[in-house]
Amino acid sequence: MLELRNLSKHFGGVRAVDDLSLTVNQGEIFGLIGPNGSGKSTTVNLVCGVFPTTSGAVLFEGRDITDAPSHRVVAAGIARTFQNIRLFGDLTVWQNLWVAQNSAEERSKGWFGRWLGGDRTGRGDAEELLKFAGLELRSGELARNLAFGEQRRLEMARALAARPKLLLLDEPAAGMNAEEVSQLATRIRALRKYGMTILLVEHVMELVMGVTDRIAVLNFGQKIAEGTPAEIRDDPAVRTAYLGTADA
Amino acid sequence: MDFYYGMAQLIGVHTLLGLSAYVVLLTGQVSMAQAGFFAIGAYLAGMLTVLAGWHIVPAMLLAAVASALVATVVGFPALRVKGLMLVVATLAFGEAVRIFWFNFDYQIAKGNIQVGPLGGEGFKQIRYFPENGWSTADVAVFIWAWVIAAMIALWWMDRSRVGSVLRAVGEDELAAQSVGINLTAVKVSAMGIGGFIAGLGGAIYAHYTTHIEHLNFGVVLATFAIAYPILGGLSSVIGVLIAVIFIQGFLVEVLRFMGDWRNLLFGALIVLAMNVRPDGLFDARATRTLKRLFGRQDA
Repeated sequence: MLELRNLSKHFGGVRAVDDLSLTVNQGEIFGLIGPNGSGKSTTVNLVCGVFPTTSGAVLFEGRDITDAPSHRVVAAGIARTFQNIRLFGDLTVWQNLWVAQNSAEERSKGWFGRWLGGDRTGRGDAEELLKFAGLELRSGELARNLAFGEQRRLEMARALAARPKLLLLDEPAAGMNAEEVSQLATRIRALRKYGMTILLVEHVMELVMGVTDRIAVLNFGQKIAEGTPAEIRDDPAVRTAYLGTADA
Repeated sequence: MDFYYGMAQLIGVHTLLGLSAYVVLLTGQVSMAQAGFFAIGAYLAGMLTVLAGWHIVPAMLLAAVASALVATVVGFPALRVKGLMLVVATLAFGEAVRIFWFNFDYQIAKGNIQVGPLGGEGFKQIRYFPENGWSTADVAVFIWAWVIAAMIALWWMDRSRVGSVLRAVGEDELAAQSVGINLTAVKVSAMGIGGFIAGLGGAIYAHYTTHIEHLNFGVVLATFAIAYPILGGLSSVIGVLIAVIFIQGFLVEVLRFMGDWRNLLFGALIVLAMNVRPDGLFDARATRTLKRLFGRQDA
């Protein structure tokens, strides 16, 4: 579904992502892990068109979306969350979702109705998403007044409001306690039941090992291993990357 | 009585100017070009009624459309710069417009006098209202009809998804793009809408003052334009109106007795107002209170 071909991003002399190739299949939950600064977030940003690639290609459902502007990437069916939450703080919870309801189905309702209709348009979808995020009682609250965990859930719901086929989660468990992580895992599994494909970029090992089907490990921008969670756990190269070698 | 009508006219026109800056400011763009769009509307509408003999309404609309087109064209290069750089770029554009009218001559004979813009001398005798027998009261009502129409249109836009999208862009461009918003389209449209409203304001201004010159459209006017939505707060169009009344009605007129000291106090009071109400005179809480008063709990 999503294919990265020899993707590279260099910032000056730093090879943030270096010749990375991987394929995420339809319906799977794919984990992307690696130590700090290994290029995970850069990879997400390259897919989403935040900054231009140095070389290589990004293909989504067989179409080349390399360096497409962000809104085109969303239109193609990829939505994301951010490592450091980026909500629209001065908009209400409800408006945050509403703004994101930009998908093809929404567009088919017609330009005029979609843009100039009152705040009842798209209500059904948003209510379902609010329930999914456990925010149904907070819909009129300003996003910046939400608790940290609620903000994370809202950001995920906002990404889903764009009706993506592929969801990129950039460290969704960062800053969460154990209970919140387990709730997040439940949510991710629930999404898979709806047929969502997910690329999960994460630090928190219990989450990655618990929910993913396959994992790729990055270190210094290069893929050093790929396989099932069990294979990755026992991979010596991964252990070295995370724990260091004896002479390091 | 004429004094109050004059006041109402001035407040009406400045409200349109403030609304034009409001729309653009929602997307996070601080535009100092609004006085320029206002000037384009003023000169074009004046030329259409005086030189071409048009009725005022089509003249205003065409002038506003022309302002909107220019604003759209300005909107594209403006995308590349942000913050202070955008302020400087739009300021430069506004001044360029002013200098254009400073150098622009196009006069024709009408009866035994020459009419039309004449460079530094300005554009005199824009006498559509007196020639057609409009009283000061008629003009005030006419102006306020436009102001109210513009405010209702923007109020509606604010409540619609468009409003949320504009604010989303203003808050966080990266996040806005990441939920599928086309930044270019949104920011350029906001400039276009702002240009249209500023053009309308300018068109009216030219006709009620009957005499415009390039000096009317300088940095001071551009600063007022952006000060209204900043002072009034971005939670609603009502804020702009309140800020205009506060500045033009209260500060400028009520403090007139202070002579040259007025300008000092003027600045001090604006600073004080911003400190007492940091989110604007008419902030989100005021909006909620108003909604409660009218019995609408749901936001």
